[in-house]
Amino acid sequence: MKMLINVPETVVADALRGMAACHPELIVDVENRVIVRRDAPVEGKVGLVSGGGSGHEPLHGGFVGSGMLDAACPGEVFTSPVPDQMVRAAAAVDSGKGVLFIIKNYTGDVLNFDMAAELAEDEGIQVAKVLVNDDVAVTDSLYTAGRRGTGATLFVEKIAGAAAAEGAPLEQVESIARRVNELSRSFGVALSPCSTPSKGGPTFELPAGELELGVGIHGEPGRERRAMMTSHEIADYAVQVVVEDLRPENPVLLLVNGMGATPQLELYGFAAEVHRALGERQVAVARTLVGNYVTSLDMAGASITLCQVDEDLLRLWDAPVRTAGLRWGA
Amino acid sequence: MSSSEPAVDDTLDTPFFLRWLTTAATSVSHEAARLTDLDSAIGDADHGTNMQRGFAAVAEALEKEPPGSPGATLILAGRQLISKVGGASGPLYGTLLRRAGKALGDAEQITPQQLADALRAGVDAVAQLGGAAPGDKTMLDALLPAVEALGGATGSFAAAGEAAEKGALATVPMLARKGRASYLGERSVGHQDPGATSSALLIAALAEAAR
Repeated sequence: MKMLINVPETVVADALRGMAACHPELIVDVENRVIVRRDAPVEGKVGLVSGGGSGHEPLHGGFVGSGMLDAACPGEVFTSPVPDQMVRAAAAVDSGKGVLFIIKNYTGDVLNFDMAAELAEDEGIQVAKVLVNDDVAVTDSLYTAGRRGTGATLFVEKIAGAAAAEGAPLEQVESIARRVNELSRSFGVALSPCSTPSKGGPTFELPAGELELGVGIHGEPGRERRAMMTSHEIADYAVQVVVEDLRPENPVLLLVNGMGATPQLELYGFAAEVHRALGERQVAVARTLVGNYVTSLDMAGASITLCQVDEDLLRLWDAPVRTAGLRWGA
Repeated sequence: MSSSEPAVDDTLDTPFFLRWLTTAATSVSHEAARLTDLDSAIGDADHGTNMQRGFAAVAEALEKEPPGSPGATLILAGRQLISKVGGASGPLYGTLLRRAGKALGDAEQITPQQLADALRAGVDAVAQLGGAAPGDKTMLDALLPAVEALGGATGSFAAAGEAAEKGALATVPMLARKGRASYLGERSVGHQDPGATSSALLIAALAEAAR
């Protein structure tokens, strides 16, 4: 496996040095692994902090900037960050109005953010937490740790970020974030495994003629393996399971997300099929975002996320955003 | 059981605890690739790397600022794991050692029975933090039999090591109900749990340090 790296041990630090060099609007603390918008803390504004394992870029560091996150904490590849990073981030962005932690539902992320919230509160920072758990691929039951948090994280960060930018108080930003999560569902498909730098090769085997339906963003298996399907068939499958679970009555935001190694040519072709499949089920699409946003290193494949929106959420979605990975109207 | 194994009325001092943790660091480093392989089957292939990084930091911190008591040794190690490991392993292992260390207080000499009780407190804290129960295919499946073996009437470190190893092997047919492997449901069956495996290493290091 050839990778554009120096050594596996410095992959995350090297990427952060790159972000620092390329984005003067960000303060990138390479040693402590915190990315903060340069103008933080923004007076009178609730601070938004997220984070998770590295390897999902541009999530989350690429979404730090005006209209979205105030800070992000990147962990090691596919490993959640540690509480020290989150506390540092919270302290850097708190203007006195409190901080919202946006957490993807993975055991490590949840445990570390929980510990960080306690520590930050000890330092006098008011902290609220929202858990993103949108992935319909794995069944929720009494016995599991719940659904995984994936693509909806982008919707939560963008829309809650817009609400915070408008000056909404912590309680309201938190409730909007929670609402966006509740109105969102995702499903992902892998055409190839991903390779982590430390392992130096694929983290799972996926035979040439097969695909993994319901794959997680770390390449963890999902529902089932099947013989390779066409874009048309994959779109039908993914849209069916998401719509069945979400049962949208309003128009939706649609994210057609690449896993890292699928080109735009294929993603747009897939987006066409997703639009068709949604149309056949009478689901109106208000906005579509197509590209690599919540990736899994070099995995080929795609995920779709739907978020059911009303006028208010749509207005917040359309509000200006200026980050390395997402930018419009500003 | 080795003849030099501490008897019930023997005491364990700070050097014993330092020896335990440095042995654990070496063993985790040797087994890192195996832990990562186990994790790539049902998780996300980072357990070995993470544990290696964490325990290397523990060994370094203990060397740099050697603590004055067994309790302080475990607390320092736990704090290092929490701030260096990340993932679920950092908070869980960090909590295990920190809580056990707190239970020991600042006594300079510890009896094996006191250590068994302290470890039991640490394991209980892990169960509470992770919300897992025995049979969920987690580190608890190695740790619980170990503390039971250690705290029992005929308890010994060697017995604890064997119980932990047996507990880790017993996770193979289990269905994961907690942690990232739980997202796999039925597909987690047939794989040994990486967390239970690293827990068995930690207990084996305890037995090794006692020899």
